[in-house]
Amino acid sequence: MTQPADTAPPPPAPDTEAGDYIRLQGITKKFDTVTAVDRVDLEIAKGEIFALLGASGCGKTTLLRMLAGFEIPTEGSIFIDGTDMGRVPPYNRPVNMMFQSYALFPHMTVADNIAFGLKQDKMPRTKIKTRVAELLELVGMTQFIKRYPHQLSGGQCQRVALARSLAKRPKLLLLDEPMAALDKKLRERMQLEVVNIIEGVGVTCVMVTHDQEEAMTMAHRIGVMHEGQILQTGEPHDVYETPNCRRTAEFIGTVNMFPGNVVEDHPDHIVVNTKDLARDIFVDHGITGSAGMKVWVAVRPEKISLSTTPINAEYNCAAGTVEEIAYIGGTSVYHVKTANGTIIRTAMANVDRKASQRPTWEDQVYLSWQANAAVVLTW
Amino acid sequence: MVKKGLKRWLPSGRATVIGIPFIWLLLFFLIPFAIVLKLSFSEMAVAVPPFTDLIEVAGEQINIRLNLGNYAYLIQDPLYLQAYLGSLRIALFSTLLALLVGYPIAYGIARSSPSVRNLLLLGIVLPSWTSFLLRIYAWIGLLKSNGLINNLLISLGVIDAPLHLLHTDLAVFVGIVYAYLPFMVLPLYTNLVKLDMRYLEAATDLGAKPWKTFLFITLPLSRGGIIAGSMLVFIPAGGEFVIPALLGGPDTLMIGKVLWEEFFNNRDWPAASAVAIVMLTLLILPIIWFHKHQSEEMHTP
Repeated sequence: MTQPADTAPPPPAPDTEAGDYIRLQGITKKFDTVTAVDRVDLEIAKGEIFALLGASGCGKTTLLRMLAGFEIPTEGSIFIDGTDMGRVPPYNRPVNMMFQSYALFPHMTVADNIAFGLKQDKMPRTKIKTRVAELLELVGMTQFIKRYPHQLSGGQCQRVALARSLAKRPKLLLLDEPMAALDKKLRERMQLEVVNIIEGVGVTCVMVTHDQEEAMTMAHRIGVMHEGQILQTGEPHDVYETPNCRRTAEFIGTVNMFPGNVVEDHPDHIVVNTKDLARDIFVDHGITGSAGMKVWVAVRPEKISLSTTPINAEYNCAAGTVEEIAYIGGTSVYHVKTANGTIIRTAMANVDRKASQRPTWEDQVYLSWQANAAVVLTW
Repeated sequence: MVKKGLKRWLPSGRATVIGIPFIWLLLFFLIPFAIVLKLSFSEMAVAVPPFTDLIEVAGEQINIRLNLGNYAYLIQDPLYLQAYLGSLRIALFSTLLALLVGYPIAYGIARSSPSVRNLLLLGIVLPSWTSFLLRIYAWIGLLKSNGLINNLLISLGVIDAPLHLLHTDLAVFVGIVYAYLPFMVLPLYTNLVKLDMRYLEAATDLGAKPWKTFLFITLPLSRGGIIAGSMLVFIPAGGEFVIPALLGGPDTLMIGKVLWEEFFNNRDWPAASAVAIVMLTLLILPIIWFHKHQSEEMHTP
């Protein structure tokens, strides 16, 4: 993207998949010797809710702070609606952020908090009043207009913080761990509520979270980050069902990972031999590779079925004893130990109420899965 | 039985902890205060001690004589009113100056990296390790006609004749601000260092330029520190004696000086006591206000 400055603006790149309302090009951020963000390219469409997902220290917050303008990228550029944000200071960016624990000004009422940004724009007093009322209505907090932040509950604070960050009609809304300060029950409700409000307003949104459930519930698209790089972007379903690498597969949900070698390579299926299992694994999709190469086969626990009657198939099965059972209400996760010591996790829906009909500790059980259940990963 | 009985009479741990400051204040504040209050209602006498007793036992009669003359004298003689106003004025200005000087210092220390913070704080407190009197004398050396400041300005060619710095109100302001600066900086620092940076980021994010962020966020949120620091400077500055006596001029009228003269030069203990009581009442009002503010602060975290 080295366009001479004097030529006419380049035609918008036809990107049917993502759109480029927000565009990050080769963004790198170094702190002394540590590279927090490493050559990130990202395009986000107008009106999209995009989640940066990763463990703490993966660089997702630094990336968010660069979008807000609190950090200046060491290399690369950020475009918002076609404008290079370059050295635009945070107070001049069309970007607003909802902070992790909201950072509501403690010495201001709810109304003053929401009006703060509007006052900076020198909006007339009467207009501010209307806008504040409008926003309070939007987040359902009209009756709390005169309260101070310390007089509000966590969920109410979040609504006010959301209203405050939407007040200036930003082109980009940033959410930093939006649900981190809420308990689990409230979190689930607020996730949907916040998404409804954001979608209703139509604002483009980038959020940061370490909670994969939160990312999957709230975002249209997810970017999985690790060590400063985005490993994979895609819709929640894609990232979960077809991870492109081991880290993504392991980070999103739980997975059984079998390292092995390709023994048969066909365009429509492959067979993988693994030391972890007595039988080979048959996968119904081809890979770009060759026989003999090292691969990892990922199988989600819920795709493995558990039976007490022996299964004798050529592929995709295993036998073992129940080592551990984690009962989590709707499902139970069984840890099955095979004869050679591999632990395979399988999830079983608790359909009938009687526990006596399910396998229990030390029982001999048999595992199997379909040819389309596994994903082959090459790195 | 005995043990149980003893236990009933011994104070609990909680009572002891609360009791110690109460006893301290009773012994070293309340009782001396009562003595001074009593003195202020007595009459001067050529005796040892140089005042009359309030209570006289004559036969079967107990006479209590309250002499309000000392207070009446304070109102009648304009010197006292001027001295009170002078003290108030000097205390107020010095507090304001200390705030203007102290705030940037406190802010700078609070924003510096944690490794140098303690060193800088030490630098603020370090001068207090030498004698207070000595440090004020040092200022005489700096401010006098052939002192360091005048000599420097003359050798630089800024001025031809030495400036009259010593024995002026300016010298008193300088002395008070210098002496009480740590009392302004420390509470401000404790407040500012706790200031959550996210508030500043939030304000910036919402479009506030740096100076507006300071004005609307930092300043109001450091109100507690400003009030605490100002009180700690204002109250001792109001009753200050040493600084106006050494650095002030003949027309620097402060109540501390008047009180000294009343007590030691005139040997009028009752009048001096009355001066002290009035001074205390004047100073206690801002303390009560401060206390009220603090308890409000506690209810609004």
